Amino acid sequence: MTTNEKLYFFWRKTKNNAMLVFSMACLLVAVTPLVLIFSYTLLQGISALNLDFFIQMPKPVGETGGGMANAIVGTGILIGLGALIGLPVGIMAGIYLAEYGDNPFAAATRFLADVLSGIPSIVVGVVAYIIVVLPMKHFSAFAGGVALAILMIPTVTRTTEEMIRLVPQSYREAGLAIGIPRWKTTLRIILPTALKGITTGILLAIARAAGETAPLLFTALGNRFWSTAIDQPIGSLTVFIYDYSKAPFEDWIRQAWGAAFVLIALIFILSVIFRIVTRSRYAEH
Amino acid sequence: MSKVRWNVGDFVFKHLTMLFAFGVLSLVFLMGYEMYAGSALTITKFGWNFLATSTWDPVQDEYGALPLIFGTLLSSFLALLLALPLSIGVAIFLSELAPRWLERPFSFLVELLAAIPSIVYGLWGIFVLVPWLRQSIQPWLASHFSSLPFFKGPAYGFGMLAAALILAVMVLPIIASISRDVLQAIPNLQREAALGLGATRWESTKIILSTAKSGILGATLLGLGRAVGETMAVTMVIGNRSEISASLFSPGYSMASVIANEFAEATSKMYTSALIEVAFVLFVLTIVLNALARLIVWSVTRRFKTT
Repeated sequence: MTTNEKLYFFWRKTKNNAMLVFSMACLLVAVTPLVLIFSYTLLQGISALNLDFFIQMPKPVGETGGGMANAIVGTGILIGLGALIGLPVGIMAGIYLAEYGDNPFAAATRFLADVLSGIPSIVVGVVAYIIVVLPMKHFSAFAGGVALAILMIPTVTRTTEEMIRLVPQSYREAGLAIGIPRWKTTLRIILPTALKGITTGILLAIARAAGETAPLLFTALGNRFWSTAIDQPIGSLTVFIYDYSKAPFEDWIRQAWGAAFVLIALIFILSVIFRIVTRSRYAEH
Repeated sequence: MSKVRWNVGDFVFKHLTMLFAFGVLSLVFLMGYEMYAGSALTITKFGWNFLATSTWDPVQDEYGALPLIFGTLLSSFLALLLALPLSIGVAIFLSELAPRWLERPFSFLVELLAAIPSIVYGLWGIFVLVPWLRQSIQPWLASHFSSLPFFKGPAYGFGMLAAALILAVMVLPIIASISRDVLQAIPNLQREAALGLGATRWESTKIILSTAKSGILGATLLGLGRAVGETMAVTMVIGNRSEISASLFSPGYSMASVIANEFAEATSKMYTSALIEVAFVLFVLTIVLNALARLIVWSVTRRFKTT
């Protein structure tokens, strides 16, 4: 090798190492703010939580103490309603896409479900306002539930489809070979096999819906008082965080962090479970 | 029996599930129609001027969405400017350069962080990012780049800069993880060919990148779609004032945040209609971005799936 070639070789190797270091730096810079947000919320949140937070009602403006019992129940009711409306649609559509989905109509549905999942949640809120709040003439938990249902549908549809597709083809063939009709094969053999994946996928979609704020602002509106009525405004953790974050009271801000912590804990636990369940599925086949 | 038996149960079940699939399909169209019909008042009164004028005055019932569109586009564009190079770096590292054992936990971390609710980002923005910008970053920018029009005016903390930064943090995991998927979809044959000819790791990565270009574009568009529609975090830090200003320090407004702030309090029919039209514009914008992005990502991953 001449000196020139050696130099060029050295230059290429240096560049290679430089890019390695650079991309590692990118990863560090990218992860730092996210880790900061996460750890800050955990720290603030843990110190803000106590038993009162879970079992007490919000205190009147200006008083310290109290909790978010009504918001916790409210979030529960909202995601319950959302699941009640959204899950049947999502699961059935998912079954169709997985079992009969080899045609242009299914491809279009798949595509639009993906597009739907990219529509801002605030826009979904506006639609729920138009189709529920306007005819009913007042804000209600039901309207919030409809908004959350629309948000859940694309995720549930696609997860159901993917989980059913993971069931080996031989299961289907075995069912059909012993003379079981196709629909019974799907319901009694395929679905139970895919059930674990579908359930956790659904839980994940529900957890994400629990973290939504924007579509609830003008559908469920929020409520400082105890309410479980479906046709009345209802409080939720996320809307409480939003309202409290703008408030000038230390104690409200403390509670906002507490609520944020509860939400994150919920979503993270479900994400981890989802990850573990789906990974073992992939490993099996 | 050589013929396929016709079964009532099969027929019913297939068409029942198909009906629900049709429901999902038509949902998108229903949403579009409802918003179009709901904003009929302002569409007939202002026409295209709605998008081109900049008075947003509920008292006089005058509505022009230009500052909102400007705010949405500017904050999203700045966010992409910050997030894109970093995400590509992250994607390259995770897919091309990182040792295998490092990839899994990091991918998992990135996915988890993408699931944090936007209200939590907003909370962090108000109590950590904004004070930090006001006390350290903005004064520093103002004194070092005072000749530029971007860093003028009082340092509130709240404003376009804060919105762009929080958006960058939020879209980064999305762009990075989709870009990584795109890079991983490219067959190893290409890497092996490059390395076999004596290329270094980075040189082979450059070849992979040129193949993955369109896929990364798709990932970017998906990130942009997310940034454009992001509501809570932006509403909480952007300052909420309907103005167009070159300075990133000054408060702005975005389409999503005007809806979040004003919809529940909109009193007149015209006001509600104007806000619904803003939602409609946002809807169309995100649909176009998402459809384009999905098509690109699909065509790329499909191209390599068969090989």
